[in-house]
Amino acid sequence: MNFDYSDDQKFLKDEARKFLAAQCGSDRVRAVLDDAATAYDAGLWKAVAAQGWLGAAIPEAFGGLGLGHIELCAIAEELGRACAPIPFASTVYFVAEALMLYGSETQKIRWLRRIAAGDVIGAFATSEGAGPITARSVRSTVSGGTLTGEKIPVTDGDVADLIVVLARDGLYLVEKGAGVTAEVLETLDPTRSAARLTFTDAPCEKLGTENGIAAMQAVFDRAAVLLAFEQLGGADRCLEMAKGYALDRYAFGRQIGGYQAIKHKLADMYVKNELARSNAYYGAWALNVGAAELPLAAATARVAASDAYWFASKENIQTHGGMGFTWESDCHLYYRRSRQLALVAGSPAAWRERLVGQLEMRNAA
Amino acid sequence: MDFKDSDAEATYRAAARAWLDATIAEHDAGHYPDDMAKAKAWQARKAAGGYACITWPQEWGGGGGTPIESVIFGQEEARHAVDGSYFTIGLGMCVPTVMAYADDATKRRFVGPAVRGDEIWSQLFSEPAGGSDVAAIRTRAVRDGDDWVINGQKVWTSGAHYSDYGIVLVRTNPDVPKHQGLTMFWLDLKAPGIEIRPIHQMSGGSSFNEVWFEDVRISDAQRLGPVDGGWKVALFTLMNERLAIGTSGGVGPEDILAFAAQADGADGPLLKDAAFRQRLADWWVQAEGLRNTRMRTITALSKGQVPGPESSIGKIVAANQLQDIGNTAVEAGDQYGIIADPALTPLKGAFHAATMWAPGLRIAGGTDEILKNIIAERVLDLPGEIRVDKDQAFRDLPVGA
Ligand SMILES: Cc1cc2nc3c(=O)[nH]c(=O)nc-3n(C[C@H](O)[C@H](O)[C@H](O)COP(=O)(O)OP(=O)(O)OC[C@H]3O[C@@H](n4cnc5c(N)ncnc54)[C@H](O)[C@@H]3O)c2cc1C
Repeated sequence: MNFDYSDDQKFLKDEARKFLAAQCGSDRVRAVLDDAATAYDAGLWKAVAAQGWLGAAIPEAFGGLGLGHIELCAIAEELGRACAPIPFASTVYFVAEALMLYGSETQKIRWLRRIAAGDVIGAFATSEGAGPITARSVRSTVSGGTLTGEKIPVTDGDVADLIVVLARDGLYLVEKGAGVTAEVLETLDPTRSAARLTFTDAPCEKLGTENGIAAMQAVFDRAAVLLAFEQLGGADRCLEMAKGYALDRYAFGRQIGGYQAIKHKLADMYVKNELARSNAYYGAWALNVGAAELPLAAATARVAASDAYWFASKENIQTHGGMGFTWESDCHLYYRRSRQLALVAGSPAAWRERLVGQLEMRNAA
Repeated sequence: MDFKDSDAEATYRAAARAWLDATIAEHDAGHYPDDMAKAKAWQARKAAGGYACITWPQEWGGGGGTPIESVIFGQEEARHAVDGSYFTIGLGMCVPTVMAYADDATKRRFVGPAVRGDEIWSQLFSEPAGGSDVAAIRTRAVRDGDDWVINGQKVWTSGAHYSDYGIVLVRTNPDVPKHQGLTMFWLDLKAPGIEIRPIHQMSGGSSFNEVWFEDVRISDAQRLGPVDGGWKVALFTLMNERLAIGTSGGVGPEDILAFAAQADGADGPLLKDAAFRQRLADWWVQAEGLRNTRMRTITALSKGQVPGPESSIGKIVAANQLQDIGNTAVEAGDQYGIIADPALTPLKGAFHAATMWAPGLRIAGGTDEILKNIIAERVLDLPGEIRVDKDQAFRDLPVGA
């Protein structure tokens, strides 16, 4: 038993933090936020690709570093802390994971190397409207090797080269091109772009043989663990910002961090973040070794992380007072991102429901 | 991150399991919170098997093992529902303090018997005037030759009515600021002049007591640490306390899950109620978070780090969850929920008992508020509370209720 990163993993994480501190200050995040025409930071994307991070968990045979998922979790934590404005999650946690899970040898050879190199951006297209995804909510269909339907919203759908689409009878690979149109959407977190994708007889390839919802859920389970680390990184950053401000700001003759209402708020953030960290570690282990507990561990990690990030991001603003509500303050970058990450693989409510479903199944067995 | 046993851990687990299976078969298993003789017999067997105080050195009667082995044994023992709560305060808080501060002869006299469950210990810190503010205690000890004479009153002393010995924090100098005039002693709770009166608590039972001291004479050899240097000793005890009482016992998410599968909701079983499911998920996430956080603490311990104030997380979360789970099950009964008769209520009244015990758990061993202060100040380095009493002599401090 060992419930911590190894020394090598800590080293990787430290290096990632230094790299992002140098390459991804909040000015870079804001550049994407402020410019409606910019979907992501292309320079940072190239730099991250050059670090090999996109292929951290991709086997060497397919052009990755073959390190494993715990290393990818360590990187995710740092990307979340930096609020990195790049299509990393879509490409790596969703599309690369879907390919590794369900791709044929040919599909893997064709795509994973290019993903690891940063030459292909991916998107995972599942939602078709408001509400959780169910067998009935999916209307996209495939016939004669082409896909027809509409997906909204698709994170990074406007910039993706390769889209994994949930259709009625399974997951499909679609390349951006003939039969695919993208309309950019206005979103809560403009540092991450999203689009409405319309597929009209778009050529597609089946990915795996699983039934659609089950396959999507298996990808979500993997992504949920990785996203939990991004959420954790963001939540930790919020606590740090709140703490920094609580020590710098004076009211009624003393630091506001000396007042119990603020101290207890920050202690509550700390408690939620630590519980989220512990659950994320468990999820990382389950993902890394392919444990049977993965669906339950993933749901646990995701609910804890979504809760912690939401709480930390909103109470960070509160701690900053009027300053926290300004565009100039970085608080809202994290508040926005906390919403984006909490929904991109299905809502916390849907994950709580999945968690209880897993418990029921386990107890029935 | 590796959540599976290493080879050595797996070997240890297999041995522990075999030992438990064999020993419990002879012992008469089951919970016996009200049967001290059985609890003591079980503790003695564990000590003989090397499974009591697993991380303590063997020369003191411990198991000479690692923190992780202690966790493994705890997991295996939990499958058998045997109960060791009589010993938590002694072995978790008092005896470690004795081991750290007493002379060798005292340690030789007391540590072994405590490990074997022959003798039970209490912690006599709190007083009517000093609970959260432990350093505000008034019970005084006055030096008389080689002895000290103690007068005053302690309160909320868990287990004093069945304990043999205790560690007691007393005021030895009221003329200096409060933290500088305290001294720690061990004492025999059967000594002349000590009167123990059980307190009837809101949950119905009497697990804690008032302890009165009238001219209780103890030897200076019973002192733990320097004269007027007791605050540091008390902090040592309190640090161990947070580690010892981090978990709640009582009902958890698994219990209410099983209950909800049977209980009626508005339409069908409670377990099918969407709002209930959302709460159940949150309890699960908290309980798992605590379990895994504890494992992280153990990992840190096994790498030679000391337990930090971050273990305060455990009690805050577990106590509030216990209250919430208990009450949710009580409310689920609708009008029937007011019935607390164990013969008529789910799980033999365990949810009702949890509802009535949880308020105490949120107070005992540091209130929610104090634990949050500790996290804020010692983990997050936020400024301390305003201390108007810092530089004043204890005898000049204002007093209230
Ligand atoms: C079941 C049980 C078992 C116990 N067992 C033992 C035992 O074995 N040995 C022993 O020595 N003691 C024991 N105690 C005592 C326990 O440690 C104290 O009750 C506890 O520390 C609180 O002190 P108090 O009761 O004096 O409350 P107070 O300190 O008077 O607190 C009253 C309220 O004020 C709040 N408060 C106080 N100070 C602050 C502050 N600085 N900031 C914000 N809020 C504050 C508290 O959080 C609480 O809400 C036990 C208590 C219980 C309930």
